[in-house]
Amino acid sequence: MNLAAIQQYLDFAYVAAIVLFILSLKWLSSPRTARWGVIAGEIGAALAVGATLFNPELVQYKWIVITLIIGAAVGIPLGMVKMTAVPQRTALSHSFGAASAAMIGIAEYYAGAPHVTRFQMGEIGLEVIIGSLTFTGSLIAAGKLQEILPQRPIVYRGQNIVSLTVLGSALLLAILMVINPAQMWLFPVMVIVALIFGILLVTPIGGADMPTVISLLNSYAGFSAALLGFVLNSKVLIVAGALDGSSGFILSVIMCKAMNRSFTNVLFGAFGQVTASTKAAKEERPVRSASPEDAAGILGTAGKVVIVPGYGMAVAQAQHKVRELYDVLTKRGVDVQFAIHPVAGRMPGHMNVLLAEADVPYDHLKEMDEINGDFAQTDVALIIGANDVTNPAAKTDKSSPIYGMPVLDVEKAHTTMVIKRSMNPGFAGIDNPLYYMDNTLMLFGDAKAFVTNIVKELSNHD
Amino acid sequence: MPPDFISNVYVFILAGFCGFELIKRVSPLLHTPLMSLTNALDAIVVVAAIIISGRHETPLTTVLGAIAIAASFSNMVGGFFITDRMLRMFKTGKAKKS
Repeated sequence: MNLAAIQQYLDFAYVAAIVLFILSLKWLSSPRTARWGVIAGEIGAALAVGATLFNPELVQYKWIVITLIIGAAVGIPLGMVKMTAVPQRTALSHSFGAASAAMIGIAEYYAGAPHVTRFQMGEIGLEVIIGSLTFTGSLIAAGKLQEILPQRPIVYRGQNIVSLTVLGSALLLAILMVINPAQMWLFPVMVIVALIFGILLVTPIGGADMPTVISLLNSYAGFSAALLGFVLNSKVLIVAGALDGSSGFILSVIMCKAMNRSFTNVLFGAFGQVTASTKAAKEERPVRSASPEDAAGILGTAGKVVIVPGYGMAVAQAQHKVRELYDVLTKRGVDVQFAIHPVAGRMPGHMNVLLAEADVPYDHLKEMDEINGDFAQTDVALIIGANDVTNPAAKTDKSSPIYGMPVLDVEKAHTTMVIKRSMNPGFAGIDNPLYYMDNTLMLFGDAKAFVTNIVKELSNHD
Repeated sequence: MPPDFISNVYVFILAGFCGFELIKRVSPLLHTPLMSLTNALDAIVVVAAIIISGRHETPLTTVLGAIAIAASFSNMVGGFFITDRMLRMFKTGKAKKS
């Protein structure tokens, strides 16, 4: 077979892979068909990788085989992490994806340099800058989520000016290279500056903003792959990158809307730090607290209970105990639903995965818009480790930093219970007037221990 | 401008719209698996890494390509694996009892 014929077969394989990728995302739309989506994606990927191995341009297979084995050896354990570690795993995989896109771009430059056209140089420059900043940015995000780095925003005076100057220098270097692509010494400088910008971009962002940041980095990783497709004139990369990029972009828009904030505000706002100082002036107000016995008594006689989980539930690893509570209440004939705010947790959909792992049926996990109307007919809203997403000040207090953010209407329930370690305000440092309301009971203690005690109490009375 | 540039722009725009329409329909319930699945699909850059490394032009391009193979293939394997693990956990009330 001649080379052109082989190339044609390879192209057919890539087209088939793209069709399967699109079907894969289509089937993911519902939990019923979602697993078919994974299978379609796997077949498409296997087809594309398998076909590539027959590419007549390949002259040396040793390193390909070795590194494919290494990749599989790294990938399998990364696919087996605990569900609570999924946000950091995801951030890490964005950094891997962006790193490989950047490295291929760099290799492509050095393969052609100094005979690179200006147009190609522009494409490579942009691709390598986005890939590099996503690599370091995602590493920082993963470090924060794994708590190797502090989760609070790290800010200093003039930060935004420094960050933007660094980004500007990276772009300037890219422009200088487009003017004269033969200036090979500028290329590594540009890469290093872009890597530094990635660090500066994510370091000031606090843990509560991670759902948006992860989505945004997902989008960058996708678009860097699509740009790489332009550089290499590979349509399969353009399509896969565009799909991934638009997915990340939509998720970031959803996350931003769920926090009533703009992209620039998330990236350059350093939310937590600014508002933390406002809480100190607040005077002590009385709250009503209750014991596990009291809470069990109210829950056991309720008709409808809505549980509102938040990041605190994940931190306390309380999801399995929450499932036990769900079981024991359901057995008594109580209608139990879960209210999931879009930004609850550290990444989009985080709470759903944790609760699904704990065997809570997914038809009981309700989105905010779906359940908000139900709170008025709810006997008990039980909040476990969530704070800002339940703050009624977002609806009423124009001076509140989260004013305008869509929140769960928990205060409309007949009784609202809040499991919380202490009266310390939540991550963003914003006081929650919910805690001082007449129909609110504060359940002070560790989420896991408290839920365990409620379950014990309820089981004893069966 | 390379001759294929405009046709690539067409492909990019159509794929972007397609992605937008598809992903809008994904239930928020599955947003975490969505992210890990798109991550695995995005790891198709491994194809480019294989070619760059296998062409064996200079030691630098071979090594950079090889590292890129390992990085992206780990995403591909790990991404599909964890997505399937997550999706297997999503059960309805009825399925749970049976």
